[in-house]
Amino acid sequence: MNPVVIRTITRVLVPFIQLFGLYIIVHGPVSPGGGFQGGVVVGSSIILVALAYGLDDAEAMVNHRIRIIMDCVGSLVYAGIGLLGIAAGGLFLQYGIIPLPFPPARINNLMIFLIGSAIGVHIMALVLSLFLHTAKEAEVDD
Amino acid sequence: MNLSLHYPILVIVILFAGAYLTLLLGLLNKKICYYLAVLFSFVSALFSIGLLLLVLENNTISYYVGGWEPPYGIELTVDPLSAFMSLIVAIIGFLVAVFSKNYIEHEIPLEKHPAYYSLLQLIIGGMQGALMTGDLFNLFVMTEIFSISGYALVAIAQKKGSLLASFRYLLLASIGTTFILFSTGFIYMLTGSLNMEDISNLLPLIDNPWVMYSGLVLLIIGFAIKSALFPLHTWLPDAHSIAPSPVSVLLSALVIKIGAYSIIRVVYTVFGERLSGGFEIIGVPLSWMASMAILVGSLYAIFQTDIKRMLAYSSIAHVGYILLGVSLASTLSLTGGIFHMLNHALGKACLFFCAGAVIYKTGKRNISDYAGLSSKMPITMAAFTIAASSLMGIPPASGFMSKFYLGLGAYQENWFFLAVILIGSLFGGIYFFRVLATAYFSSEKALYVDTKGPELPLSMLIPIVILAIASLTFGILEDVPVTLIEQAVELLLTK
Amino acid sequence: MIDLLPPNLPYFASIALLLIGLYAMISKRNLIKKIMGLNIFSTSVLLFLIAMGYREGGAPPIEAEGVTHYVNPLPHALVLTGIVVALALTSFALILIINIYKEHKTLDSEKLKNL
Repeated sequence: MNPVVIRTITRVLVPFIQLFGLYIIVHGPVSPGGGFQGGVVVGSSIILVALAYGLDDAEAMVNHRIRIIMDCVGSLVYAGIGLLGIAAGGLFLQYGIIPLPFPPARINNLMIFLIGSAIGVHIMALVLSLFLHTAKEAEVDD
Repeated sequence: MNLSLHYPILVIVILFAGAYLTLLLGLLNKKICYYLAVLFSFVSALFSIGLLLLVLENNTISYYVGGWEPPYGIELTVDPLSAFMSLIVAIIGFLVAVFSKNYIEHEIPLEKHPAYYSLLQLIIGGMQGALMTGDLFNLFVMTEIFSISGYALVAIAQKKGSLLASFRYLLLASIGTTFILFSTGFIYMLTGSLNMEDISNLLPLIDNPWVMYSGLVLLIIGFAIKSALFPLHTWLPDAHSIAPSPVSVLLSALVIKIGAYSIIRVVYTVFGERLSGGFEIIGVPLSWMASMAILVGSLYAIFQTDIKRMLAYSSIAHVGYILLGVSLASTLSLTGGIFHMLNHALGKACLFFCAGAVIYKTGKRNISDYAGLSSKMPITMAAFTIAASSLMGIPPASGFMSKFYLGLGAYQENWFFLAVILIGSLFGGIYFFRVLATAYFSSEKALYVDTKGPELPLSMLIPIVILAIASLTFGILEDVPVTLIEQAVELLLTK
Repeated sequence: MIDLLPPNLPYFASIALLLIGLYAMISKRNLIKKIMGLNIFSTSVLLFLIAMGYREGGAPPIEAEGVTHYVNPLPHALVLTGIVVALALTSFALILIINIYKEHKTLDSEKLKNL
């Protein structure tokens, strides 16, 4: 197929796919979705870029260092919020009693949102790592 | 803030957070990953010791994650058995991290070091999580964490055949994982709860026992694949012998014990009250499979020429000893089984470390190449002798005490099992003495060994010596673990 | 006994898929077909879990106004975790297969056994 057609459609679609993925992540507690599903959708938008423009362009968007940093920061934020619960005097992941100037239900909501976003970032980096790493290895063979 | 309240979760979370920190800081400087891994596993081992001391005072500790009460939230239940095994996992994990320095520099290219140390912390953290959880689905998740880390660690050195060994391990162990998930869903459908204590209260209310037995059998088969019980052991020889030596220690000394621990937890704690009438239906086939494992594993080990493959088949046999003790369900045999978990972990870890040290120093894996090695690597072969005599069951090494308990418990049930234990020990004597005779009494001198400089780097020597001394100590001072184990067994059997 | 079939159809389908997946893992010679069998095997258990959570006439487990009868939301959480586990297993197995192909130039398990 004519690469111009695919590239134009990709250029139009990718921001919308990423926005949709972000919508799924943010509406985690309220509607179907959450961190993992939204992360996969955002990751697949960059896989679309890789398929349309070639692996090097996708690799330039998210290179190896950024992927590892996103990966680790996601999990460390999760563990960090759990340990914040311990530091505030409760048990692990008991984030209702962290001393912020909001009512407790609001704090719960905020922490779940932060954890969901951290997991979304982590999963996006993971899906991209799997695809780009595997495609690079298989590419050398041909 | 009283930190000792939080020991159960801290043991686990420090390792998981450490794994990701290692990966992150490995971007800056690849050489500090070793020191980070050693630091985090040491801190986790300290917390594990504190946890054991706490459990010795108050019998069982419960920790509600997130502050949610048990049927709604995930609970961590640490009873004496969990604390005991958590200490074994923490200390042997720390020693593996210490040993890895020179061996891994030698075997794995530098770009993969952050990945290796991060996977090491993940596998130890996953095992600690599986030991302390009180929730059936959390057990499944933690089992998956250490299993997948295990598949990755087997393949990481990319030697000849390691990819195939890892693929086979993956294929067979994922069947086990899926059976565990299936049976967790099944038990949830029967009782409406996932919490282990809650299930043990709700199970007697179900009138049809066969529905419950089918759930239990699927769960036992799933965990039996993970712990390489006899007909389901075919992934073990390749995976344990082709993996790098620190990874072989982790897999052989620790991961298969967690499978056996999960069987104990499911049979005695979850299904305990319901089974007190009908344990024979499950226990009899399990004891036959365990007996076959002892005989077949030891017999195959005699025919091997590669030392790590021989030690891998020996692991299959010793898992048979442990599960024989578990399936006979009397106080003596269960004490023997759990004590054998400790002894086999210490002894097999020491043996694999010694084999790894010989491979590091000389590159030789064939048993006939061990000829005359005792003069060139004296400390290593002395530790090998002590650990081998512990596994063979020679007093005063600790393996004798655990086989003694197992033998007494087996004799109370049926003389056949005592005969199996004795014949298995005889075969064990054959294959271990072959190595010792070749190393000590052969007339060749191992001329290819480079005798300049110390025998081994210090980071490899310390774990070997510590484990050998521990194998000897727990045989002489056998009261120290046995009082703790008897406390654990009493708690398990009175359900 | 045939009247056991209609209400329990999802469970029968789940067991049928489990056996098909197991058969594919054991008897197919190509490694990629074995991984597809592994995927079918994992999916069958997830189908079993969701079928278990269904309640007659229940609404999807999202808070809406005027709805009181929901399906059981707990199995959905179990299934999400199961999907993540299946993703990890399948992706790791596929990467292993790529490296096995680069090393041995064949994906036939019979030829790979006789190494």
